[in-house]
Amino acid sequence: MNSILENYKSLAESEVTTWFKAAPVSKFPENGGACVKVNDKQIAVFNFTAEGKWYASQNVCPHKMEMVLSRGMIGEDCGTPKIACPLHKKTFSLETGENLNGEDYSIAVFPVKIEDGFVYIGTR
Amino acid sequence: MKTILVIGNGMVGYKFCEKLMAKAKSGYYKVIVFGEEPRPAYDRVHLSEYFSDQNAERLSMAPRSWYEENNIELITNERVTDIHRASKTITTISDKEYTYDYLILATGSSAFVPPISGIEKKGVFVYRTIEDLDATMSYVEEIKKNKPNGKAAILGGGLLGLEAGKAIIDMGLKTSVVEFAPRLMPRQLDGDASKVLQRKLEDLGIDILLNKGTQNIEGQDSITGMKFSEEETLPVDMLLVSAGIRPRDELAKTCGLDVGTRGGIVVTNDMKTSDDSIYAIGECALLNHMIYGLVAPGYDMAGVAVDQILGGDALMPTAIDMSTKLKLSGIDVASFGDALNEAKESESIVYENKFQGIYKKINVSKDGKKLLGGILVGDASDYNMLHQIFLNGMAIPENPEDLILGARGGEEASFGSALDLPDSAVVCSCEAVTKGAICCKVNDEGMTTLKEVAAATKATTGCGGCKPMVTDLINESLKAQGVTVKETVCDHFDYSRQELYDIVKLKGIKTFDELISSHGKGKLGCETCKPVAASLFASIYADTGNDHNVIQDSNDKFLANIQRNGTYSVVPRVAGGEITPEQLIVLGQIGKKYDLYTKITGGARIDFFGAELHELPLIWKDLIDAGFESGHAYGKSLRTVKSCVGSTWCRYGMDESVSFAIEIENRYKGLRSPHKIKGGVSGCIRECAEARGKDFGIIAVEGGWNLYIGGNGGATPRHAQLLAEKITNEEVIRYTDRFLMYYIKTAGPLVRTAAWLDKIEGGIEHVKDVVINDSLGLCEQLDNDMAGLVDAYKCEWKEAIENIDEQNNRFAHFVNSNESDETIEFVSLRDQKMPKLWA
Repeated sequence: MNSILENYKSLAESEVTTWFKAAPVSKFPENGGACVKVNDKQIAVFNFTAEGKWYASQNVCPHKMEMVLSRGMIGEDCGTPKIACPLHKKTFSLETGENLNGEDYSIAVFPVKIEDGFVYIGTR
Repeated sequence: MKTILVIGNGMVGYKFCEKLMAKAKSGYYKVIVFGEEPRPAYDRVHLSEYFSDQNAERLSMAPRSWYEENNIELITNERVTDIHRASKTITTISDKEYTYDYLILATGSSAFVPPISGIEKKGVFVYRTIEDLDATMSYVEEIKKNKPNGKAAILGGGLLGLEAGKAIIDMGLKTSVVEFAPRLMPRQLDGDASKVLQRKLEDLGIDILLNKGTQNIEGQDSITGMKFSEEETLPVDMLLVSAGIRPRDELAKTCGLDVGTRGGIVVTNDMKTSDDSIYAIGECALLNHMIYGLVAPGYDMAGVAVDQILGGDALMPTAIDMSTKLKLSGIDVASFGDALNEAKESESIVYENKFQGIYKKINVSKDGKKLLGGILVGDASDYNMLHQIFLNGMAIPENPEDLILGARGGEEASFGSALDLPDSAVVCSCEAVTKGAICCKVNDEGMTTLKEVAAATKATTGCGGCKPMVTDLINESLKAQGVTVKETVCDHFDYSRQELYDIVKLKGIKTFDELISSHGKGKLGCETCKPVAASLFASIYADTGNDHNVIQDSNDKFLANIQRNGTYSVVPRVAGGEITPEQLIVLGQIGKKYDLYTKITGGARIDFFGAELHELPLIWKDLIDAGFESGHAYGKSLRTVKSCVGSTWCRYGMDESVSFAIEIENRYKGLRSPHKIKGGVSGCIRECAEARGKDFGIIAVEGGWNLYIGGNGGATPRHAQLLAEKITNEEVIRYTDRFLMYYIKTAGPLVRTAAWLDKIEGGIEHVKDVVINDSLGLCEQLDNDMAGLVDAYKCEWKEAIENIDEQNNRFAHFVNSNESDETIEFVSLRDQKMPKLWA
């Protein structure tokens, strides 16, 4: 089952070779998340409208390996933007991908940019 | 730079590395770890959890990256075959050679397989590694496929055997535990404690056979039975052996280190073997002629070895604490100190309650002054404190029985406060954190939360068993400083749920953004405060799950219950459990159309499972067209009002319970509250609707209805308490309205009515005063608030479907594609389907 996780490795903005054009900004709920199909992968994109920021991560929660993170709830923990999985409320930093409940697994995070009203996800 | 080789990558071998990294200067030691298993060290204590989730990742002590970050070379799948003490080298199975300055033997133990004839047959397994579990599970599947009513047995009634027994029964085989001794867990429990535990395990469906010596394993190639004597054979299709451990001392033996006559590498209390450069720690080490098969002493040994290598003088204590506390299939079992009075230095005090399956025993020194040991079965809530009193030799009450019975008659608790512990008391034994260290963080460094203290001290980060005591210490220390500990919703709001209710209502706040910017911190909130706000808006303005969608909890967000594989379940309302044949046919057609797994719920309605997110609006459209409405099974809201058939059919019925249940369910449907609410109406005191196990229960009696509140099933079953007797239908509704509204206004987040009633000052008498005698002058307000909510009801699924925006459809899995989630897979189960397990 770890083979799914092998498909998702965090990417820094400097490592991006292709920006994947996901969808118009208006398709993403304000202060919420949605799932983008990037070729054969599932990427969760989060729209932090209150702060004017965007984040992206793998859609699969590494705790139980379900494709659900985009349906979770965003929030912050001492200044760190985070996502809480809808299944068991495991929370992850959207900046580093680390688990904020002190558990060992983490999620891959990806750069996001907005251009001409479209959301782009950094890929390689 | 000196080289340390660690042979064995189990829990203790890992702990050695962790402790070394924490203490040694970086770059001073080169560490190479050899593991014979394919994966890095994992938590064997919680191995049985692997049976249910097959998640090896979750058991892992640390990922490979941890070893890399700490410059430790981890070589797994590589058995060490020889130690050459003269040249200080080792060789591995692939003939590689390594030189060491220090050698750590953390080789652990293997499962002991008793020499019973036929034990090599197919279908006999041991219980030690993840690979063992994988092999066991696939054999169970094979049995289930080929044979109805397959049977399994566990050889050994120790704690591992009992855990394995529960796991196998959960996989669907009938399971017996076979123990040679006359009692279960013979090293921890006495005969009476074992009997209490046995009864509880038998209630779970595990057969317990004591006093059974196995003579022969029957069968041709595969096991078919266990023969105990000429007359007695137990037919089984598989056997899991959990009959104790054997230290892995073969490497030590061949290189000439001292080993015990019955196995184990001899060490002194500095953890050195008979060769000064070689240490042995954990279950392979023989200290004081004993093998310590628990993880805590193993961790201590790792700490001593690290300290010795770094030039310190740490030694193992002369008395090693073998206390254990565990939850066995939900049953508390604990034993500490001299539990079996082997030293014959104590007198026992025993409390046994056969109704509740509770057994408590303490062994007190003959002068009545010291606690020397004890056993707790069924209720181990006193364990942490008793264990501390024992470890620290603290004074005990004049009447030692108060320790297990509580102080009777007096005001004071028998234990006093957690602050009475000496500063040196080790509260977290996994990480060796003392009471003094915890209190210091609060008193001197100004910390106020468990999270801060845990991050600073590592307390509670191991097994977590000390959490209640650490929390007590923090709260008591804060109290001693004069700080009042307030139950705030989360870090983002300095208010309790009750205070937020009043703020939202009085100031007319309508959105989360408005609430957090005017009364909270930051802009974003979190997964705790957002659903609280959503629930308040629903309870005050009758907003539905469709409003404020992004702050709704997982299930309210999509108006369905998210299930294990990310699919959803669908439950239409069937008020009072009354349903027509036509409705049943329609439900059947819909279940068939969408290929849904179908089951009757505990609340007497029908649950469809396996709906993918995008199918929810389609299914609900069909349901609504057929006249159904949302059952709110996903909400912290009214679920069902269960009924018995009542006087319309039942020859004992005193009143029409079904009619009344339907009326009540329809009155409160859609009502959102701090937690879910369930109701019941029974037509007579035979109570077939089990109404007293519900948040509100109504029972027909001679002369009217009795109304009970605050009942619960689930984890802490509670009978509801009588609020009013022999009242009319109108009075039932009036008092229930007020009770529910008062609960909604005052309860904390996710607090059921039973816990609320327990906590509220004055208890049931107070609630009677408020809702019947109007002691707070609140009744008019409560009546009006409830009337407003009842009037404002609308079916939120109807609302959702009418307002679907094809452009921004929240029920689409992808925002940029109409495809569904291809990772969802189902397998068949008894002519239906279920989620595919992760391989």
